[in-house]
Amino acid sequence: MSAVIENHHDDHHHGPDKGLMRWVLTTNHKDIGTLYLWFSFAMFLVGGCMALVIRAELFQPGLQLVVPEFFNQMTTMHGLIMVFGAVMPAFVGLANWLVPMMIGAPDMALPRMNNYSFWILPFAFGMLLSTLFMEGGAPNFGWTFYAPLSTEYAPPSVTFFIFAVHLMGISSIMGSINVVVTILNLRAPGMRLMDMPLFVWTWLITAYLLIAVMPVLAGVVTMMLMDIHFGTAFFNAGGGGDPVLFQHVFWFFGHPEVYIMILPAFGVVSAIIPTFARKKLFGYDSMVYATASIAFLSFIVWAHHMFTVGMPIAGELYFMYATMLIAVPTGVKVFNWVATMWQGSMTFETPMLFAIAFVILFTIGGLSGLMLAIVPADFQYHDTYFVVAHFHYVLVPGSIFSIMAAAYYWLPKWTGNMYDETLGKTHFWLSFVGVNVTFFPQHFIGLAGMPRRYPDYALQFADWNMVSSMGAFLFGFSQLLFLFIVIKCIRGGKQATDEVWDGAEGLEWTVASPAPYHTFSTPPALPERSMA
Amino acid sequence: MTDQSAQNKTTLKLISVVFGMFVFGFALVPLYDIYCQVTGANGKTGGAYVASETLEIDEDRLVTVQFLANNNANMPWEFRPSVRTLKVVPGKIYDTTFYASNIARATMTAQAIPSVAPFHAAEYFHKTECFCFEKQQLAAGEQIDMPLRFIIDPHLPATVQTLTLSYTLFDVTELAASGAAE
Amino acid sequence: MTEKQSKLGANGQIRRIMRWLIAATALASSIQAFADWSALNMTKGVTEISRQVYDLHMLIFTICVVIGVVVFGVMIWSMLVHRKSLGAEPASFSHSTKLEYAWTIIPIFILVGMAVPATSTLRDMYDASGADMDIEVRGYQWKWQYTYLSDDPAQEVKFMSSLLTPADEYYNRTPKREHYLADVDNPLVIPINKRVRFLITSNDVIHSWWVPDFAVKKDAIPGFVHESWAVVEEPGIYRGKCTELCGKDHGFMPIVVKAVEQDEYDAWLAMKQQEALEVYETVGKTWTMAELMETGEQVYAQHCQTCHQANGEGIPPAFPSLVGQGLAIGPMDAHVDIVVNGKAGSAMQAFAAQLNPAEIAAVVTYERNAWGNDVGDMVQPRDVNALITGEE
Repeated sequence: MSAVIENHHDDHHHGPDKGLMRWVLTTNHKDIGTLYLWFSFAMFLVGGCMALVIRAELFQPGLQLVVPEFFNQMTTMHGLIMVFGAVMPAFVGLANWLVPMMIGAPDMALPRMNNYSFWILPFAFGMLLSTLFMEGGAPNFGWTFYAPLSTEYAPPSVTFFIFAVHLMGISSIMGSINVVVTILNLRAPGMRLMDMPLFVWTWLITAYLLIAVMPVLAGVVTMMLMDIHFGTAFFNAGGGGDPVLFQHVFWFFGHPEVYIMILPAFGVVSAIIPTFARKKLFGYDSMVYATASIAFLSFIVWAHHMFTVGMPIAGELYFMYATMLIAVPTGVKVFNWVATMWQGSMTFETPMLFAIAFVILFTIGGLSGLMLAIVPADFQYHDTYFVVAHFHYVLVPGSIFSIMAAAYYWLPKWTGNMYDETLGKTHFWLSFVGVNVTFFPQHFIGLAGMPRRYPDYALQFADWNMVSSMGAFLFGFSQLLFLFIVIKCIRGGKQATDEVWDGAEGLEWTVASPAPYHTFSTPPALPERSMA
Repeated sequence: MTDQSAQNKTTLKLISVVFGMFVFGFALVPLYDIYCQVTGANGKTGGAYVASETLEIDEDRLVTVQFLANNNANMPWEFRPSVRTLKVVPGKIYDTTFYASNIARATMTAQAIPSVAPFHAAEYFHKTECFCFEKQQLAAGEQIDMPLRFIIDPHLPATVQTLTLSYTLFDVTELAASGAAE
Repeated sequence: MTEKQSKLGANGQIRRIMRWLIAATALASSIQAFADWSALNMTKGVTEISRQVYDLHMLIFTICVVIGVVVFGVMIWSMLVHRKSLGAEPASFSHSTKLEYAWTIIPIFILVGMAVPATSTLRDMYDASGADMDIEVRGYQWKWQYTYLSDDPAQEVKFMSSLLTPADEYYNRTPKREHYLADVDNPLVIPINKRVRFLITSNDVIHSWWVPDFAVKKDAIPGFVHESWAVVEEPGIYRGKCTELCGKDHGFMPIVVKAVEQDEYDAWLAMKQQEALEVYETVGKTWTMAELMETGEQVYAQHCQTCHQANGEGIPPAFPSLVGQGLAIGPMDAHVDIVVNGKAGSAMQAFAAQLNPAEIAAVVTYERNAWGNDVGDMVQPRDVNALITGEE
């Protein structure tokens, strides 16, 4: 018996180093998870400030604060920072913290590569943000950087943008390889794939998506680089190329990318709702198959972002039908969450509030997505605020809420302290109201005819723009409360038990809170019933 | 240890997928071109046409062909079709010209890029001789009438009664000089 | 606990259900009310196609609202009733194959129901044959050019259509008037009840031509031409927007289409053709300095000011200053040349394609004498024309 070293003994012999170098050199999945989460929060605040510049300018008709050239830089950088700097690293941070614990593994499979994957990001984003101070300004061609605006007409900083994208891509690819190898090889003995928590499944599938499409993004920015600097004509009609080719290759990456940004959210919500409903996740098998279907379908629908580009009708019809089909597995997931809640015994702590808001508001975003799939109607929605409303619904009360839900849910495990529940609920309600006041009116102004990426607008759009801007400031400043809550929790609070939540299931709830620096150095014995 | 070698195998497999997808991204370029050539889906007409079989001519069918001529961006040449529209019988050969004049102060090279609307008519528009097949170099002040010889395939769907062929002139003086253009 | 449970006895549950049904009905019927609020909903438009699109939009929207109400209704009910605080005990079921089949297959039927009318409308939209007239729509940074194709290129009506709202309004120096950012100097004029075919392309980057009242939106791609079409059934003024990010003034290049009765259109077209002829003929006369400066100032405001600014100082380095430096006070030939031919590798376009020789002569003369430049010389339209046509 004594040959088995208990986890808490490890603390004394192999505790973390002290000081700054601990963070620079760490190969520990918990440390790296923490680094990713703090980095993503910082990027969220930076991207959020850019959003507030945008919404402040759009508060009233007329150009009050910024000139159009700078406005275009703000919209571009806001998109890039939020997509690549906030949402994606946050999910990677959650994967790092949780996947090894959930499968009973001591760490990620490739711990040193894990360290590199993180540390590339501050360099990449430092470079990207520095373009704001370069001559000609930051990238100003939208986060979707269509050619030839982003090639022949781009500011000099475009080259730095391309390098930054390459670096972020390398980080994502390395991180995803790590996730797949870990999940496939390091599960505790006896844990079959269909026994894994759904969060692990969604990350396994997300990692495959990343491995498949990030290289395509790398390819398209390399083609841009070649067109700009080496006289090629991939996207230049004059040289025999085609600007529309850019859009096809970009969206071949871009569509799976948006599923990359939502599948882990599905996993988070699938962990939280069963806990607070005190009832097993409904339809586990179905949830796995639905996630896999969504991932597969995500590869073959990309041109629904391009319906007005002049594709032949056969192409438009095919992409319309394929896109509509994605509604089916997505709907299945929503129904399964509702069925999990149904006849449960629910309590509504902060993680559950965020998770339920996710289900409702993500569904609204999904339904507007279904509307966008209908091609003749899309001709009236495309490139208007209707699209902006759609994707912000799925990304903000979608992905971002799921990240906040995850933070509240697992903070006690990470820190050993309960967060302040009253403050948490306050943060939730302020965010919930803020997010809806910001983005719901954008459906109206889009339908009424206001295009995207406009720094100024005709007078009939003024009222709803003002409302939207007020919501944005409410939502934005509420996130400072979140920052306060997180720091307060780290510094102290009511002691958390191992299990933390009544009804929580999963290996992470069998270790102490805070989780010891090294967990599952020896694989755990699994409980008799399966995780499903 | 078998654990480590299993991990290594998985890692290597995934890295090769990464490289494969990077190559796939670049492969999309020729794939796209081939798809467009076969289906005419982006309105681009093909290269020089060689009639492979005798075409059935329906003398009563008339198709209107409109010609558009434009300069791209900073291209300063004067560029216009000698006729705006021609009524043609599919299957017969027709000739027309486009006038171009280099009004700039230096020698310039232009590339004419064709585009057909509706796109699905492009694969039925055959050019046996076209100034768009090569770059055109004109000295400062030089003028030229550039020939186009074409046949509309009689298999053009009956729903197409008007077809628009647009040429856009691009300045490829630098591309031609560096020899890097396609 | 039991007290609370009894409150939610059969009567209570029925009352709750009734309340939800009433709310859902009210919502569904109010959808029709929302449908007419132009600040909230898509326009019905003035073409057969735009009405079909609107109907499709309302159909899908209604289906989505009903789905939302049902799903959220169930959720909210559950949140109110299946609570631990009310003593609810969690059930033990965690799967049902029958349900999974049901909620996979039923949505597929709903989707097919949407796809059928969508396919039919799309096929109509894609058929541009049988047009009565063709108009080339060309996107520029940052304005539109319209060309009414006719068999005689020399007599063709062709003009630029630029934002009319002055910078003073969008920089908040003067009050914003009606049609702020939605007015142009030269609207596109078309006859009603005629099938108008649009041939859409671009001069530089990708733009997109959108007129909501026609349900026409097509990207303008450099080097490629796309067709679209509309039959406008009601006379009126219809305003549209550029809907693809195209640079700094993406939000400042609106579209205005004026649809008029056939005889009014014929008269307008004849007048424009006459104007084109007259413009050509003014190249023959000799202009005075005063005439050149007056016309030059107008041309400058419409075509040059957006980059070089009203005070001539530009936004260096992208848009150089014209005040007291450079070609504006340099050799006349070089000044005319850069306006006519543009400058490769920069945003300075070849304005010979957009301005006639009289306009070019006027704006060059203006630039050389405004803002204290006072060079004192001027150039005649016929000389600019000679440079452009290569004749002497």
